[in-house]
Parts: sequence; structure tokens; C-alpha cells
Amino acid sequence: MSMDDKKPLPEDEVGTTGHSWDGIEELNNPLPRWWLWTFYGCIAFALIYAVLYPAVPLVSGATPGLLGYSTRAAVVEDIAEYESRNADLIAKLTEVPLEVDAIKADPALYNYAVQGGASVFNAYCVQCHGREGGGVQANGYPTLSDDDWLWGGTIEEIHYTVTNGIRNEDNPDARWSQMPAFGADELLSEEEISQVVQYVRRISGQEHDAALASAGETVFLDNCAACHMEDGTGDRYQGAPNLTDAIWLYGGDVETLTHTVTYARFGVMPTHAERLSEAERRAVAVYVHQLGGGE
Amino acid sequence: MAILEKHKILEKNASLLLVFSFLVVTIGGLVEIAPLFYLENTIEEVEGVRPYSPMELEGRDIYVREGCYVCHSQMIRPMRDEVERYGHYSLAAESMYDHPFQWGSKRTGPDLARLGGRYSDDWHVQHLRNPQSVVPESVMPKYAFLENRMVDPEHIADKLRVHRAVGVPYTDEMIEAAVADFNAQIDPDGDYDALLERYPGAQVRNFDGSPGISEMDALIAYLQMLGTLVDFSTFEPDASR
Repeated sequence: MSMDDKKPLPEDEVGTTGHSWDGIEELNNPLPRWWLWTFYGCIAFALIYAVLYPAVPLVSGATPGLLGYSTRAAVVEDIAEYESRNADLIAKLTEVPLEVDAIKADPALYNYAVQGGASVFNAYCVQCHGREGGGVQANGYPTLSDDDWLWGGTIEEIHYTVTNGIRNEDNPDARWSQMPAFGADELLSEEEISQVVQYVRRISGQEHDAALASAGETVFLDNCAACHMEDGTGDRYQGAPNLTDAIWLYGGDVETLTHTVTYARFGVMPTHAERLSEAERRAVAVYVHQLGGGE
Repeated sequence: MAILEKHKILEKNASLLLVFSFLVVTIGGLVEIAPLFYLENTIEEVEGVRPYSPMELEGRDIYVREGCYVCHSQMIRPMRDEVERYGHYSLAAESMYDHPFQWGSKRTGPDLARLGGRYSDDWHVQHLRNPQSVVPESVMPKYAFLENRMVDPEHIADKLRVHRAVGVPYTDEMIEAAVADFNAQIDPDGDYDALLERYPGAQVRNFDGSPGISEMDALIAYLQMLGTLVDFSTFEPDASR
């Protein structure tokens, strides 16, 4: 057919439908061809689709379709395909000894662990530990980019913390320790608390009341030294922070310290034993390790 | 064709057209909707899914009241990016006791279907008080007022009854013990064995760390159980579903 056909046909050629109202007649023009073919195309598509994909409901399930497609199988396949692209690196990362030198010895592996770990960190860890592990001090989420560690800063220790978490009830292997609420449970009087707070400010090199601080030394040695050590440098086996440096988990001012001693703190980190794969946990441990303060 | 000629009878008779249109729609509905109620692969039975405990149900009502669903979905689609970010894709059975369901399709905030256990209670308190204090780029409003609104379990048994009326299998025992269970879930020093027997996997804690049962407690109790009922280390999804 040529371009001329696009013009409406003359009246006498198409005829009328026979409808006539007050002398106005309805022409019987054919449907536009593009419309008609699209319509037929849709019908053909529907028939082919119904044969290839799950479609017709039967007794216990729908017809599976010639392609055997299912969304669940598709997502499993999709994930497996992406994993297979890095299968070598994932296998290596899962088996490599958790030591810096061993991982760094293979630059491709180290690079994969750091980059992959960054992805995991940005999905699971930033909400508490902040961008690049900057921490949220006022809320007690430790900075991960410095060299001050509560439970240990080797890749192996970080990996253990990531896997099992801290003080959570979901994982029996979680790291656990509990500071007593010295004020709320009436283990220390208000006076003793104000003394020990001044002592902690003294050993951390801050402005303090000398008289109260000297009195606080005895209180500290009797009550706090078991975990924070006699010199206040803390104990990683119990997650007891070092009190002599300028790094604070909740804050080193008098008010915050008084609150900490009175009510104690109970920072919780969730377990990731099931949420992340072994390779992902190792990757994020390597990533955190290289943020600045890895040991 | 003769049958097409007969079609003109329908086209020219409005009442008849209405009747036959209705007939066509009915058949369409039966074919598309009815199988969902009997096909085995649409009613997947999943171990671990249970009705909400009274405390969780109260928290869920607060979630709905505050319109959390406007920005948060609760359905992880079976797609790689979703599974990698949020965890195992959602199963229909996991929202079988939701009235109304909270699937949603609008994600100004992240999906919450597997939020439970992902953060500490303390994080939730701080985040609800002031979301920007922990997630600086967040646009979520502050919900600090929830801490000051105490919850009275006076009507909790009625709530359970309403849910039973729409199909949630709350037993008479559960309804009778609703107030006791409600109070038990917030008190880790109390006796909560009966609660755990009725609602396996319920978490018993003072969720907001403050005395009294506030809306904050109830909401966090709900958030911390989201997506935790099915044990995916033992659950094997049927690929054909």
C-alpha cells in the first residue's frame, strides 16, 4: 500500500454502517492498521507468554511454563552468578589466616577484602559507628578509626566482635561484661562517686579538684581497679576502657562521668553470625582494621 | 457469522449487556482470585510464625498510628540487591497475622521487614528521639514524645479479640492472659515463662531503659521482632513458589 492510502477513502468506497440520524450517516471506515496489528500482537504475546511462563492455575499449582521460570529460583541464580565471579577470592578469604601480613601478601585479596568490607560496613555498621568508622561519641558508639580498642584491634579480634557482637542475648558467644551501677545499686555513696569522678579526671589529665581526687584514689582502687586496672589503663579481656587517655566513649566531663558511675553503661552490639557470611565478616574486619588504628 | 449477529442483541439491550458483563467479570475473578485460596503453593506453611504478643501488637498499632508505613516498606522483594541489603526475601506467611499488612511500596526510609536484632535497643531509643544524632543524613522526624506517653493495657484484651474476629488464631487463654503477658514482656526480672510458651521467641526486656511502659517500649518491642520469627538457617524455601 502506498502513502496515498493514509488519506480517508472517499465516502462511496467505504460505504456507511446504515445508521442514519436526522440525515447524518455513519461512515464505515476501517480501524487504523497500526492499532489493529498492535491488538493482534498483544493477543499473540499473551498466548506465547502463557505457554512459556507460569500461567494457568490447576489443582495444586499453576502450569510451570516451558521456561520453568520462578522469581525465587531467579534471585538465587542471580546471587550465585555474582558470587561465582569472585569465587576464588571468597574461598581464599575464608581460609586465609586472620593476620595482616597473610592477607596483605596477596594484593588482589587484600584489595577485595577492603573494598568488599567497605560495602558491608556501609550497609550494616555505619548506622552506629558512623561514616568511615567515625563513631558517635555522645551515644557511646566507639570510633573505629583510632588506635584505641575496647576489645582488641587485631583483625582476629575485630572479626570475633563482628561475628558475635557485644552484650546481645541472641548469641551465647557474644563478648560480655557488665559495669555495676555504683550509684543506683547503692554500692557507693554520692560523696564517694564525686571523689572517684575527680580521680578519673586526674588520671586522664583533665582539670580536677585535688582534694576530692586524692580521696577518690582509694575508692578507685577498691572498686574500679579490678576491671580498669590499678593505673586505669583498662583491660581488653573485659572490654574495660582505658581511662587515662583523652578518648571517651560517652564523655569525660564531670556530669557524664557521674552518670556513668551512678547508672553504669551497657553498650550492645548485635551478632552478625547469621546475617553475614564468613567471607563478609572477614572482609569487614580487614576494612575496619585499615581505617587507621589496626594492630 | 451467526454468533456475531447474536452479539448485536447484547449490544442493543442495556440490561442484558449489564448482566452479561457481570458474568464475564465474575468468571475472570474466579479464575484469577479463587485459585489463590486453594493452591498449595500460595499458602506456604512456615514454621515459627505466630500471632503478635500483646506488647508487640500495641507497638504495631503505634507504628500504624504514626504512619511509619508511609516511608518504610516491610517487604523484601526477591531481587539480588534487596536480599544483599536487607536479608532473606520476605515470605507471605510472615505477614499472615498483619491486619492490615504493612508491605508498602514507598521507601523514603529503608525496608524494615528484617529490622529485628539489627540494632541495639539503645540505638532505637536514640534514633527515635533524634534520628539525625545517629544518621546525620536522615530526614526522619523525631518521635521523642513516645517516651512520655505511657501505655495502659486496659483495652489490650479487646484488641486481641478484634484480631481474632478477622482470623488471627488468638486462643481464649491468650486473651485472658493479655494484660499479664503485656506487663511480663517488659520485666526481665519477673516470671515470663508463660509468655514465652504462648509466644515463642518473644523478647523480654525493658526496651527503652526507663521505668514504666511507654509507647517507646511497645514500639521498640515490635521493631525488634520484625523478621525474626522464621529461622532461615533451617528453613528451605521451595523454589517453585
